[in-house]
Amino acid sequence: MTPLVDALLLQSGYNAALVAIGAALLGFSTGATGTFLFLRKRALVSDATAHATLPGVGLAFICMVSLGGDGRNLIGLMLGSAVTATVGLMIVEWISRRTRLAEDAAIGAVLGSFFGLGVVLLTMIQTMSAGRQAGLEGFLLGATAGMLFQDAVVIAIGGVLAVFATWVLRRPMTLVAFDAEYAAAMGYDVRKIDLMMMGIVMVITVVGLKLVGLILIVAMLIIPPVAARFWTDRSNRLIWIAGFIGAVSGYLGAALSASAPAMPTGPLIVLTAATVFFFSLLFAPERGIAAAVVRQRRFQARVHRRQGLLALARQEPIREPFTLRLLSREGLIRPDGVPTETGRAKASKVARDERRWDIARKVHQDAGLTGRYDGLTPIEEIFTPDEIQDFDRQIGPPVAVGALYDGG
Amino acid sequence: MMGADFVQFSLVPILIGIFASVACALPGNFLILRRQALIGDAISHVVLPGIVVAFLLTGTVAALPMLIGAAGAALTAVILIEAVKRLGGIESGAAMGVVFTTLFAGGVLLLEQSDTSNVHIDVEHALMGNLESLIWFRATGWASLWDPVALSSLPQELPRMAMACCLVIVLMMIFWRWLKIATFDESFAQVLGIPATGVGVGLVITAAIAAVAAFDAVGSIIVIAMFICPPAAARLMTNTLTAQVWWSVAFATLSAILGYVFAGYGPMWFGSQNAVSAAGMIAVVSGIILGLACVFGPYRARTGADRAPPAL
Amino acid sequence: MVLTPAPTAETPLSARGLTVSYGEKPAVFSVDATFPAQSMSAIIGPNGAGKSTFLKASLGIIPRLSGDVSVFGTPVEKARHRIAYVPQRASVDWDFPTTVIDVVQMGLYRKVGLLGRLSGQMTHRARACLDRVGMSDFGDRQIGQLSGGQQQRVFLARALAQDADLYLLDEPFAGVDAATERAIVDVLKLLKAEGKSVVAVHHDLSTVREYFDHVFLINVRRVAEGSVTTAFTTENLNATYGGRLAATHMAKLGGVAS
Repeated sequence: MTPLVDALLLQSGYNAALVAIGAALLGFSTGATGTFLFLRKRALVSDATAHATLPGVGLAFICMVSLGGDGRNLIGLMLGSAVTATVGLMIVEWISRRTRLAEDAAIGAVLGSFFGLGVVLLTMIQTMSAGRQAGLEGFLLGATAGMLFQDAVVIAIGGVLAVFATWVLRRPMTLVAFDAEYAAAMGYDVRKIDLMMMGIVMVITVVGLKLVGLILIVAMLIIPPVAARFWTDRSNRLIWIAGFIGAVSGYLGAALSASAPAMPTGPLIVLTAATVFFFSLLFAPERGIAAAVVRQRRFQARVHRRQGLLALARQEPIREPFTLRLLSREGLIRPDGVPTETGRAKASKVARDERRWDIARKVHQDAGLTGRYDGLTPIEEIFTPDEIQDFDRQIGPPVAVGALYDGG
Repeated sequence: MMGADFVQFSLVPILIGIFASVACALPGNFLILRRQALIGDAISHVVLPGIVVAFLLTGTVAALPMLIGAAGAALTAVILIEAVKRLGGIESGAAMGVVFTTLFAGGVLLLEQSDTSNVHIDVEHALMGNLESLIWFRATGWASLWDPVALSSLPQELPRMAMACCLVIVLMMIFWRWLKIATFDESFAQVLGIPATGVGVGLVITAAIAAVAAFDAVGSIIVIAMFICPPAAARLMTNTLTAQVWWSVAFATLSAILGYVFAGYGPMWFGSQNAVSAAGMIAVVSGIILGLACVFGPYRARTGADRAPPAL
Repeated sequence: MVLTPAPTAETPLSARGLTVSYGEKPAVFSVDATFPAQSMSAIIGPNGAGKSTFLKASLGIIPRLSGDVSVFGTPVEKARHRIAYVPQRASVDWDFPTTVIDVVQMGLYRKVGLLGRLSGQMTHRARACLDRVGMSDFGDRQIGQLSGGQQQRVFLARALAQDADLYLLDEPFAGVDAATERAIVDVLKLLKAEGKSVVAVHHDLSTVREYFDHVFLINVRRVAEGSVTTAFTTENLNATYGGRLAATHMAKLGGVAS
């Protein structure tokens, strides 16, 4: 069998299999948790969290070495990164709440200066005798090559925990993401829920560091929910779809990476997710670009056709070239602008529709019905045939185009 | 500390640091006011794929193709972000997140796949720069500043960064009024006949020029930090735009000088022989300055009467 | 049969077949409108009827799906120097680092161009505009320190600085105090007396008769337009608001004859 199929079937060795499962679990939890961040319009807070892990990694390494231990202990490094990521988050929250600076500036400031501190610490470590082979650069971009069995287990367990935490907190988080004020009115502590959400994001970031690195873990939190958004308008489904996209990306990316040399895990997971995103952006049935283009063109044609027919009915000149082209293409006017037989018939129907609406709006002074009068909706969609007959009685018999419209 | 050694080893890096910091801080002022602070973040991340693609196409690490590649990547990123935002109806933070991480991942994958072992091109370089290595070999003292022979051996990064910084300053001065009004009240600017959308695009391109010129010498960390920290701190010091820009220039300069000095000489004060990353330290100093401004800045609190939600 | 008169050089603002849509739902559909010169016109309609949208689309601030607009007989782009605009207060960030006089001077930006010097005369002019709205003491204040009414006055002063022939205002009386409303109306009436034209989006039906002489009633479609005496009628208001106005409210508008 080919290496890729082997990897997909978890036949490429224990570590690779564990990494693939861990990546799938991680992908699921990043997708699901990222959904809440995305709905709360705070997607890039994860960027600050992720970059703020770097000084923690450095500090943890220095601490462990100076205490005589092995600086590369993954759990120790994860704990260290959790500490600085939390501090970074707190600072983002503090700046945007206490000063006039907006959250994006706070995110950027924390991201830049914490990352700078991390780099300073890394250059310090490189000069330590124990730091020469520290391999901490792996935390920038992730590195599964040379990963210990025990590290893979940590990632898999971390993934399970993150999924569980997301599942437990899904209701309050949905409520806050959807409508924070309503949640507050119902007695939820919005700030606490926000902090818990950020807490889960922090845990996921820390777990994913070794696998995809601190820059690309951000992608795993953002891309799956954004891609999922194209497929549904309902938040509870959004969570599951985002989780699913994340899991598939994680699994496929890890398998691809295990199948060949020089295929870094993190970028492959991200690029898999990005592929799903671009496919969704283009081809999603309701919200995709292709669908939107078709809809927009149809809508524009409807508007111009209606306006053109109204102008014909009122015997006003049509000035817009697009309207003229449209009407002549549909055989409603001749090339010289004179309406054809069909054109005249349709124009008088449109004019009649307008008159019926006029009557309808006088009779039914009810916003629920007449509020739907936007110039495009055929009257048959709103009123029953009986009601329309009633309007017609008030209008009088049909009249030929030309004498129809008396302004109004 | 201010003798011949200083001119030879520290003068050029400090100057480059200052030019880079100021070039980024200037457009940063407007990015922050327009709530686009993270465009700087996005631009600095996509510099990596830009230089990788440029390298793959040209096979060299010469400065010009790298610059063009990085600028092209920045522009691509900005266009993609707008496309995702408008066509997909995605909120701008998420749109940025999707685009720059994807491009960055693509850059890393290309880098790993291509044979770059014989040239110096790697992620760490793009992130951290190599400010410390920009040494003026022929300098023998302050007198070298008037010695054409010595001047000819100045690291070429210095004139390049100085030119980029001047370009940014000139653009800011020419378009000052347009930038101001298009940032404060976009619809009014449009009614005046000012191309508000064009001004926004121009600002992002200017930011990209600054970022691209700076990353080569100082790495993208400084770029991210300088786009945001000095202007953000400056915003807390004053309530007029002109003063804010001057404060941001002052903070950027201070960060560059203090950061370099702490990185180069700080470890010696603690008995260590080895300097730490100057780029990283400059970013840290700018963060500390912002922190102080958040606590002590005279205009740190919001004042706007009934603050409107961000315009759609 | 009513044919919209062709826009002449005297017609400050006219639109034909203007359609604007957010997505699939037209916000303004095929609207024809003509606003008379040297008068104060109100654009009236219920919430979400497309009043502001109509104004913004006329100015090219938001794209229109179809239709054309002319200002003094020429396309908007060629008449920008004759238009002054007062946007909704909520449309800008009042935390922006700038002073009151600075905002007023923005009205001169078209005149001074990119690099032209703001001469002493122009600064003087900006101060004079501020004085006209009764804000001369506030020139050096930071804009964030102003009350809602003061913000609106500053915006009006900026429009005055533009020295235009057509003044377009988007909800100028929304959320302002009574003194400010009075001051704004006085300035607008003075403008009319100077031969300028004023068009305002307006939401308070009870003051229409007092402030305006021409009305344009809109609810996605044009409902009616004309002078206050002929067009501001119970029948037209009912057609515009679709029964959303209570009969008592109607009665209060007083003297509304069909």
